[in-house]
Amino acid sequence: MSARLCEHADEAVAGIEDGSTVLVGGFGMAGMPVELIDALIRQGAKDLTVVSNNAGNGDTGLAALLAKGRVRKVVCSFPRQSDSYVFDELYRSGKIELEVVPQGNLAERMRAAGAGIGAFYCPTGVGTLLAEGKETRVIDGRTYVLEYPIKGDVALIGAHRADRTGNLVYRKTARNFGPVMATAATTVIAQVREVVETGVLDPETVVTPSIFVDRVVQEADRT
Amino acid sequence: MNRNSQLTCGQGPLDKHAIAALIARDIPRGAYVNLGIGQPTLVADHLPADSGVVLHTENGMLNMGPAAEEGQVDPDLTNAGKVPVTELPGAAYFHHADSFAMMRGGHLDICVLGAFQVSAAGDLANWHTGAPDAIPAVGGAMDLAIGAKKVFVMMTLFAKDGTPKLVPECGYPLTGLACVDRVYTDLAVFDVTAQGLTVRETFGTTVEELAGRLDLPLRRPATA
Repeated sequence: MSARLCEHADEAVAGIEDGSTVLVGGFGMAGMPVELIDALIRQGAKDLTVVSNNAGNGDTGLAALLAKGRVRKVVCSFPRQSDSYVFDELYRSGKIELEVVPQGNLAERMRAAGAGIGAFYCPTGVGTLLAEGKETRVIDGRTYVLEYPIKGDVALIGAHRADRTGNLVYRKTARNFGPVMATAATTVIAQVREVVETGVLDPETVVTPSIFVDRVVQEADRT
Repeated sequence: MNRNSQLTCGQGPLDKHAIAALIARDIPRGAYVNLGIGQPTLVADHLPADSGVVLHTENGMLNMGPAAEEGQVDPDLTNAGKVPVTELPGAAYFHHADSFAMMRGGHLDICVLGAFQVSAAGDLANWHTGAPDAIPAVGGAMDLAIGAKKVFVMMTLFAKDGTPKLVPECGYPLTGLACVDRVYTDLAVFDVTAQGLTVRETFGTTVEELAGRLDLPLRRPATA
């Protein structure tokens, strides 16, 4: 089934349930689907687990969702930044759980989820706090840690363009986690700057094929 | 003279720009290199224009160019430190799983990282002080540390309180085990070898003096 084109971000995020695991694209603000996050705030789902590289910047986007108290747990690689004061305050006052995951593991664990891989052995983090309690195995003389997939109920991602079928292309480093998250969630919702007619995107340049995409919405300030 | 087998002595201590220049000098032409956030990014300023070195940024780009100047800023184009950057001819963009495959799959030639501590065995500690009120944040450091073919560390040899950062065993939480190949500091350059730490170069000091200040056995390079 091809992606459904939504008129508004509120329609795109409809039905996200309390307690969901939500994968949120972006690296800092590059590729962050701010309009979808704002819509999720209006939608009201709570007790969420958010998986994203960072834990919010400034007061907008992910930081705004955190500030509303909707997030129970953050799974990320790099929560602490110069402007991550919303997260810092919640964490220091014990109001939010944090699972720190090495950035490559974060990506690969979602890739595994999207590819149907049950778990994988990874060399990252061997002998560190982040591998404590995890199963290890020596393969060809090297030690690896067993890492499990991260599967989302929902992914909110930002892309540059979509066609009406739901194929996505990205722009520059705003691509980051988008293509991986698009494979790893039950419902994948993309915010794009422009929706073009099917057939306009060169098939050779499509990065996320439509099979992974459920809903598409064009950014409101560009319509 | 074979630089790999002779101890050289220069003036010092070096400032961070001079350390960056040393590292740039040792990066082979055409190498694929990731420069960590913070001081390692200075290395880019010292690479010759014709070096052919390709900079990788873990948020999904090869052939990253210099920081964007006014009028060039594009919110879709940033480095791992979220600083707006530019692209060079030959640039390529890719998603995060591919970006980290470049590290863990052994495709990246060199990464340059900062450090809180490096041990004599090449263990690296650079992500977390372990302080009770610290918010841990690892980013791509653990993947880089074990993934790049060569790991260079850039740091001062002593912390602000005078304690050595090159130590018998790291006290801070580890980033990676036995992953550091070479340590560039303001006072000396060290190779981590199976036989222990070898001093390649000193700046304004001597091996004997360093051995007195560090709680570590230091070797001189075998003479050619």
